[in-house]
Amino acid sequence: MTPAADSVGLVTPVTAHFEGGLTLACGRRLDSFELIYETYGELNAARDNAVLICHALSGNHHAAGLHSEDDRKPGWWDACIGPGKPIDTRRFYVVSLNNLGGCHGSTGPLSINPASGEEYGPDFPPVRARDWVHSQAMLADRLGITCWAAVIGGSLGGMQAMRWALLYPDRVQHCVVIAAALKLSAQNIAFNEIARQAISSDIDFHGGHYRSHNTLPRQGLAIARMVGHMTYLSDDAMAEKFGRDLRSGSLDFGSEDDVEFQVQSYLRYQGSVFSEHFDANTYMLMTQALDYFDLTREYGGDPVAAFQHASAAFLVLSFSSDWRFSPARSREIVNALLGAGKSVSYAEIAADQGHDAFLLPIPRYLEVFSAYMQRVAA
Amino acid sequence: MRQDLTHIQQWISTGSRVLDLGCGDGEFLAELTAARGINGLGLEIDPGHITAALARGLDIVEQNIDQGLGNFADKSFDTVVMAFALQAVRHPHLVLDEMLRVGNECIVTFPNFGHWRCRLYLSLRGRMPVSKLLPYNWYDTPNIHFCTVRDFESLCDERQIRILRRHMLGPDKPHGRLAKLWPNLFAPAAIYQITR
Repeated sequence: MTPAADSVGLVTPVTAHFEGGLTLACGRRLDSFELIYETYGELNAARDNAVLICHALSGNHHAAGLHSEDDRKPGWWDACIGPGKPIDTRRFYVVSLNNLGGCHGSTGPLSINPASGEEYGPDFPPVRARDWVHSQAMLADRLGITCWAAVIGGSLGGMQAMRWALLYPDRVQHCVVIAAALKLSAQNIAFNEIARQAISSDIDFHGGHYRSHNTLPRQGLAIARMVGHMTYLSDDAMAEKFGRDLRSGSLDFGSEDDVEFQVQSYLRYQGSVFSEHFDANTYMLMTQALDYFDLTREYGGDPVAAFQHASAAFLVLSFSSDWRFSPARSREIVNALLGAGKSVSYAEIAADQGHDAFLLPIPRYLEVFSAYMQRVAA
Repeated sequence: MRQDLTHIQQWISTGSRVLDLGCGDGEFLAELTAARGINGLGLEIDPGHITAALARGLDIVEQNIDQGLGNFADKSFDTVVMAFALQAVRHPHLVLDEMLRVGNECIVTFPNFGHWRCRLYLSLRGRMPVSKLLPYNWYDTPNIHFCTVRDFESLCDERQIRILRRHMLGPDKPHGRLAKLWPNLFAPAAIYQITR
């Protein structure tokens, strides 16, 4: 496809090397690491128009634009990043990177462990949101950004954005937290556990050493993705998209085909595409980072006490049909911010697309987001 | 700006913390921020209003006042304002309780259903009054709890609410004078500053 008029156009990722390394929350140390990132827009002379994008569970650095005209799809948040879009690249310098532990170019399970000379695989140290934040602060230093105009993220990215606001209060002016939560519920963790079990029980997983066996746990990763994907959609969205439609055959006689309902076909397709492009060890690692995330733990479990450490102004957004991170979870964030006397705005967007709504160009979502970003730019 | 809002502004001190219930598109909060340097927060449920208020750079939280203000601490605001929304809430007396808990002072404005035009409309036509200020038909109106100036004051009396100041809004000069003398009959709308 050719870039649309409101696209950031063709973009090229850049890799930054950090020879100094980083000690992770788990106590282990990466003696050096790499972060792959993209930027959109121009950093102004005052260097105060930089916006950091934090990606969600399976996201990456390619948030907007195209890598080449042969690309079939733009970056994952192209709905919100570009000229005239909420994160307007005519005003903002946007930085989007792949988190540590990822599988799209930043140091992760697919990277070579300098200690062994082989891929980390399942031995890559567990990462936490704070590790991402610290590594991103190093990237910000490298880019000459002392303070972000905004740190923005949806889902796990929103949780990470909140962590930024607590760890580096002087470096975050605005924090935009979309479809997120202070921590996962038992139900959330349960879904992640099903996903991990699907992967680890795949006969091709080999305890995470599948690559040295020249195979991939495709089946397990596909099932993991299917479970995840289902929780990102709402009942209504699935009803509208697929209903009970059959692919072939009839409801009376069934179908000869293995795949009978349209929804089956869709989930299998999503699962199979994902299993070819995403690293299973990264999926294990990222779901664990998500499960262990608790913004309040080191503040005595008190979200008000936690947010007392923030100085950013916050925008919190939720979507009415999101049951993975429901509006009630967002209101907990808002109430804690109010309790801490912080500047906060909140809107619940009526949308029937479930958790996935945060990625989609829903008119009211874009309006509210744009209205707030005008304030960030002011 | 609306007459009632211009008046309320005089009762709000510089730099104070203000919560505006049903803040609409944020016109009043924006005005107060510019004129008095207040630290304001608006609550609103109308999607279009929320977007408009955000575009003004205000802090706006989507919240239904009918569900209370349980997420706000006691006395966390200097002033809680509710302009022309009292008649639209489900339990006006409970909303007043919540406002008085959260704010040191509260300012409430409401249309006076005891105004002579309302009385005349009802007595002559035998139908629920419809006017420029209250343009809705009885079956399709956000306004579900009308009261008169006298009703409001007796509610304050019953619930130990202290009236600090009141101001009657008159449409024009002669009526403005009459509204001061006989508010329940001549004031189309009223503003009260209350505390507990």
